[in-house]
Amino acid sequence: MSTLSPALLAAAPAGPSLADFGKDPLWITIIKAVFIFVFLLLGVLFGVWFERKLISRMQDRYGPNRAGRFGLLQSVADGLKMGLKEDITPRTVDKVLYRLAPIILVVPAFLAFSIVPFGPMVWMFGQHTPLQLTDMPVAVLFVLAMASVGVYGIVLAGWSSRSPYAILGGLRSSAQVVSYEIAMGLSFVGVFLFAGTLSTSEIVAAQAEGGTVELGGFTLNLPSWYVVLLIPSFLIYAITMLGETNRVPFDLPEGEGELVGGFMTEYSSSLKFALIMMAEYVNVFTVSALSITLFFGGWRAPWPISLWDGANVGWWPMLWFFIKLVLVFSAFVWIRASLPRIRYDQLMAFGWKVLIPLNLGWILMVATVRALQVPENNRAVVFTLAAVVLVGILAIWFRFDTVLQRRREEKAAQIEAEFARLQAEPEAGGFPVPPLDLPHYHGAGRKEVPSGSN
Amino acid sequence: MELYLPILVLAVLAGGFAVFSVAIAPFTGPKRWNRAKLDAYECGIDPTPQPVGGGRFPLKYMITAMLFIVFDIEIIFLYPWAVAFDQLGVFGLVEMVLFIATVLVAYAYVWRRKGLDWD
Repeated sequence: MSTLSPALLAAAPAGPSLADFGKDPLWITIIKAVFIFVFLLLGVLFGVWFERKLISRMQDRYGPNRAGRFGLLQSVADGLKMGLKEDITPRTVDKVLYRLAPIILVVPAFLAFSIVPFGPMVWMFGQHTPLQLTDMPVAVLFVLAMASVGVYGIVLAGWSSRSPYAILGGLRSSAQVVSYEIAMGLSFVGVFLFAGTLSTSEIVAAQAEGGTVELGGFTLNLPSWYVVLLIPSFLIYAITMLGETNRVPFDLPEGEGELVGGFMTEYSSSLKFALIMMAEYVNVFTVSALSITLFFGGWRAPWPISLWDGANVGWWPMLWFFIKLVLVFSAFVWIRASLPRIRYDQLMAFGWKVLIPLNLGWILMVATVRALQVPENNRAVVFTLAAVVLVGILAIWFRFDTVLQRRREEKAAQIEAEFARLQAEPEAGGFPVPPLDLPHYHGAGRKEVPSGSN
Repeated sequence: MELYLPILVLAVLAGGFAVFSVAIAPFTGPKRWNRAKLDAYECGIDPTPQPVGGGRFPLKYMITAMLFIVFDIEIIFLYPWAVAFDQLGVFGLVEMVLFIATVLVAYAYVWRRKGLDWD
């Protein structure tokens, strides 16, 4: 299928850039689009099996092992089963939106994958083309946009079901996704500051070689992968990745103990439910692929392999990309096997009160370092600004700490006082009990009867 | 425009697949009518009557959505700034410090008014 051009090997370019896109003939585009589509379909089948198998092993059991070798056909069997189940449309639903919601969920999930770089320029049927469906100057923003469109699917699925569980699940889920999307968007800024572009192929190219930094007369080589350089950005992204895709420990939309199935409660186990589930897995793949592209050098070979000259040319990079994708997905499964679900107010507080301020502070820090790297910048101004910001942050932190401390003391004093008051009260017997003259409640149909008279 | 055409191709594929799945779902499975099956699921109790056109929902979610818009716009300002940072020089840094400080004022206000609390 591929013929590796010797000229390409000799030149060993940093990778395709924006200028290499938009030149494919339509049939190459169709081949690539079909490839991504089939890749994601099979990926979901494989991903479900892989997750079940891996989590079983972590929990000391076998997992699926009946359908096919190692249970490999389990997902296929499940998919077929879903197709053969009765498709129940509850009487009360909004019929149009109810059917539209799974489509709105699944289509943007697929589209977000179109800007993921799988590899460098290759020869495909005599055409020299990058191993990536498309790229644009706003590629990463496009992924965020598609994630936002997916939220419509969640809201509409919950709304159109006309059931309390579904609507609460839909609202919760969308509030969670939009909250974590802010932190996710902010965590990318550090990468853009260093790469100077939003185009995914150029971000991968920017990670080919780390730059150098002059520090006190020494020339230091910066590491090439942004995960090393921008580890706080990556950690924040890794957390938002879980929040954005509703995975454990942030899988509250499916908190079955409180919400049954969340926004998908009213979707019977038919093909519509299969679409929703597929959208979730595709979203997991998309955020994993994005983490690889932005932080793990994209399709570039990791260190020991990269010593080999042919590692980053031709079709090999696709293999590195898939290996990285499986590893990131395994991390998802590992986290699922390790952590319990967190409480909803904690989830929202963490997203809004911790991740966002941390992110903004980190962005300012990265920007200051970047400003110092540009030689024509006035260093005195930058240092003054950095000092002002640092003092500002410390002042905010100090104030915050005192206020928190004061509140904690107030709360403790309040509890203490209440306890003392209750202990002094002879009626309560020293214990907090509800007052004995509370009216009894006998349901809406009956008149309130004062206690003691029945 | 050529950059966006491939997305359209993929959208046609994915959209066709999704529409096809939703369309054939009623025909591939059996049909056994049962009155209780067509009710909204509420763990077995009679379903709560839902008003036509949707009921009310906690205001909290709307506040979250509005805050999301505020911070999303901040992100939209941050992206071009980050891309053009090297060209902007010190001016860009000073501007962004001022901008983030301004947003922080609003953020502190919302926090203080318990807009970020969830009880």
